[in-house]
Amino acid sequence: MSLFLIAALPFLGAVFPALLIRAGRNTSASAAGLTTLLAFIGLMLHAPAIFRGEVIQAQFDWLPGLGLNANFFLDGLGFLFASLILGIGLLIILYARFYLSREDPMGNFYTYLLLFQGAMVGIVTSDNILLLLIFWELTSLSSFLLIGYWKHLPEGRQGARMALTVTGAGGLALIGGMLILGNIVGSYDLTVILQNKEMIQNSPLYLPALLLILLGAFTKSAQFPFHFWLPHAMAAPTPVSAYLHSATMVKAGLFLLARLWPVLSGTLEWFYIVATTGLVTMVLGAVIALFKDDLKGLLAFSTVSHLGLITMLLGFGTKFAAVAAVFHIINHATFKAALFMSAGIVDHEAHTRDIKRLGGLRFLMPITFVIASLAALSMAGVPPFNGFLSKEMMLEETARTFWAGSPLIVPGLAVIAAIFSAAYSFRFIVHVFFGPKRQDYPATPHDPGAGMWLAPALLVGLVVLIGLFSAAIAGPLVATAATAVINGEKLPYYSLKLWHGFTPALYMSVVAVVGGAILLMLHRRLDALWAAAPRPEAKAIFEALIDRLTRFARFVTDGLHNGSMGRYAAVMITFSAVLSFYAYQSGTLSVPTRELQEAGLIPILGWASLLVATGFMVAMHRNRLLALVLIGIVGLVVSMGFNYLSAPDLALTQISVEVVTIILMLLALNFMPKETPVESSAGQRLRDGTIAGIAGLGVGALIYAIMTRDFLAPTISDFHWANSYKGGGGTNAVNVILVDFRGFDTFGEIIVLGIAALVIFALTEAVLGSRVRAYLLNRKPDLPQAGDSHPMMMVVATRVMMPLALMVAAYIFFRGHNLPGGGFIAGLIAAIAIIMQYMASGFAWASERQRYPYHAIIGSGVLIAAATGLGSWFSGSAFLTSDFGYIHLPPLKEFEWATAALFDLGVFLAVVGAVLLALESLARFAWQPGGGSDHAMDINPARDDAAQTESEA
Amino acid sequence: MEFLVASAVGVLTAAGIYLVLRRRTFPVILGISLLSYAVNVFLFATGRLMSGAPAILNKYEEVAHADPLPQALVLTAIVISFGMTAVVVMIALGAYLSSRDDRINLTDDGTAAGDDA
Repeated sequence: MSLFLIAALPFLGAVFPALLIRAGRNTSASAAGLTTLLAFIGLMLHAPAIFRGEVIQAQFDWLPGLGLNANFFLDGLGFLFASLILGIGLLIILYARFYLSREDPMGNFYTYLLLFQGAMVGIVTSDNILLLLIFWELTSLSSFLLIGYWKHLPEGRQGARMALTVTGAGGLALIGGMLILGNIVGSYDLTVILQNKEMIQNSPLYLPALLLILLGAFTKSAQFPFHFWLPHAMAAPTPVSAYLHSATMVKAGLFLLARLWPVLSGTLEWFYIVATTGLVTMVLGAVIALFKDDLKGLLAFSTVSHLGLITMLLGFGTKFAAVAAVFHIINHATFKAALFMSAGIVDHEAHTRDIKRLGGLRFLMPITFVIASLAALSMAGVPPFNGFLSKEMMLEETARTFWAGSPLIVPGLAVIAAIFSAAYSFRFIVHVFFGPKRQDYPATPHDPGAGMWLAPALLVGLVVLIGLFSAAIAGPLVATAATAVINGEKLPYYSLKLWHGFTPALYMSVVAVVGGAILLMLHRRLDALWAAAPRPEAKAIFEALIDRLTRFARFVTDGLHNGSMGRYAAVMITFSAVLSFYAYQSGTLSVPTRELQEAGLIPILGWASLLVATGFMVAMHRNRLLALVLIGIVGLVVSMGFNYLSAPDLALTQISVEVVTIILMLLALNFMPKETPVESSAGQRLRDGTIAGIAGLGVGALIYAIMTRDFLAPTISDFHWANSYKGGGGTNAVNVILVDFRGFDTFGEIIVLGIAALVIFALTEAVLGSRVRAYLLNRKPDLPQAGDSHPMMMVVATRVMMPLALMVAAYIFFRGHNLPGGGFIAGLIAAIAIIMQYMASGFAWASERQRYPYHAIIGSGVLIAAATGLGSWFSGSAFLTSDFGYIHLPPLKEFEWATAALFDLGVFLAVVGAVLLALESLARFAWQPGGGSDHAMDINPARDDAAQTESEA
Repeated sequence: MEFLVASAVGVLTAAGIYLVLRRRTFPVILGISLLSYAVNVFLFATGRLMSGAPAILNKYEEVAHADPLPQALVLTAIVISFGMTAVVVMIALGAYLSSRDDRINLTDDGTAAGDDA
């Protein structure tokens, strides 16, 4: 099965559990299980090749310009992790089906789980470090959903937030580190990076890259001092804890350390940072775990400790330690997942996981007892279980390690950690399962159904088998994965055996087990001491830190954003002006190359009226109606200017938009105050005027400079001009650009326009649905109203004009391809024709005759345009390539036929629909019961107008 | 001619910015409209000015013509600026009707107020 498919399967399958939950919890769980099984089988098909030492690859250039390629590769290490993720994932899915209660939304659970699983598989199979980062962030996000799955528990939400903050911050550091790494090597492909050890370690950027990458790995793998999030993530349902903290999430950090081991390890920095962090974490986690009364808390800190152990082994940088690390990753995953599941069973059946309230369960839950005890003995490092084997390898390696010249520090601390590790493992067995049967359990415990104990039982089977026949069962996997870690070099000598003779490691193991037993006997006294000792509470520190950060952020934000929009605008404009002035100062201005054109009398008159209108408008803007009239003049002059300067299309568009805009603003002004009060001081007006003046001067000077100079390089306009007729079949180059060359732009524009109209419609609905409606219905007009709101003259005139105006629209539309016109302008004209009816005959009259909803008109316009664009695919051309030909239909003259006209029809409909929907929405505000004449010129013989008038009177 | 257009663009920009810096919604909307004119004319003028030479091909002879590309861009810009104006007008109207207040500055509790600009 292709690696793409293996990585994609969990994501694809994630849809099903949430959808199928309506078909029952079993269906939902089966969908998740089958997806995982399929991916697992696909992975196993690669097993023979992997064990032969081959590397499976799948490559796809995604964004080669950024160096981001969807390249996947699978070697021994990736194979080991992927099989842990998918294999244990399968068991978790089975276990969770029986663990979750009826009230829990199980569909969501499996969806989150599959998303998380997919992200994990993605991490371990990515060949591109940028791709790896994407998956890395995805695990942070999906684990947030999983940890916070019980949304009703505040601890769940807090734990999820803490996990996301810590691992997310680490992820940020990791991005930096990975980018530096890719920069050093010049490639973001792991396979390339792994071949460049010397280049990376000799680079001056080695240390920053190392620190940032380690920050990412340590936060993810809960290494000291970032270990605190892991215990708080225990508020998650137990299947999540079992999955995240045994085989997946926290192992991602270790995976990264192992993956980059060939190029990053072997330096003093690596040894002292990684091995020391691991050592401290290992000891600290083990000590704290002994004093946790919560079963999952104990397991959480034990996980922290074991992660520390593996980190330390990778930190040693020797090949033997790398083998031991790989082996312990396998062993820890098996026994820890089994232990979490057992703890979940105890919690599920006894309704508590407080060790102080448990005891004597071996009589009540014999199956759970056997499973949990075997797994815990393995965790303690007792032979003949698998935990013993890898722990012995670890102890053997520590005995050979010097830390700052001292041969005793590392083995000494390792033995202390091992003693505590044995102690808490024994406590897990003794205090929960041994002792007398109690009478005060919150619920009567008994063994659960096979569905729940089957998964941990399978894992414990592995624990025992790997312990007894390690070389046969785990040998090949360890060898392949370890070979991948050390980058294909020759493996050191090691043997996966229970008995190596009387070695130092054996003595250390004996000390650990005996010491652990003694500690357990002293537990009561030590516990009292521990409770009395002062220790920092990580959660409180974390929350205080977050609190301080939030307050600082708020201080900065509030200082900058005081809610004064004018200030934001002033700052922005001033900044732009300063920036532009800097550009002007630092650049050189070429000499003018174009001759100035003579201005005739008419343009000067137009210019003068524009200036006067603008000046008056600013001076008298407090009278809003007057300002609206004046801006109309400005718009008219602008459209005349377009016409004079050889842009008839623009002139037509501008003048029709002008009409629509003024009507729109009038409609709005109807409900708003007609005057703007004086609010700013003279000083503020002076300041605003200065800013505006400077900006205006700058913009004017800039465009003057542009207009008096020629283009430096040939423009692309020449291409459009040359191909307008040849390629687009039209002589109006502007229209051909709109519907053909830049048709995609136009397509986007009509969609934007349609969305704008729909936004207006939605806002109207929202406002009219609120208490505003009552105000509007009872509102008295603040200006004197016309005696007859639908004067007969106007009604007659607009009715006569309607077909004429529509015909003009049709004419403008059809000639658009060759002469000024086109869909935009025709749409505006048609819209104005219809608006006239609303104005003259009233809203009620017009909307009664409105057969097609404007939403549908917008939609059909966009669809027609899209269909025209797609149509060009059938002839094998790109989207929106237009085609044209000539048709001769007697008695008509030969006329041209172009698909672009069909596209223009879409534009036309979208514009008509959008303009009318916008205005109609605004007009709905004015609707009042009984307002205006209901029957403007509505000739209906069935109606007895006289009678109605009488009854109204 | 160039000077007329350039000065008109400058004046429209200045007037638009001045009105945008006001404190009530209506003048700000008018200011945005003036700015739209200024920007549209600016874009159009980057194609250089030319009178009496629309960008229409003559099938039989080579003719002088204005630059069609800025015209096409400005045409859609005009229509889009109508859409934008309409949305802003609607938001302003909805806000005014809901709070009976058309000031644009916000105080801390999110209501409109006319304090220091």
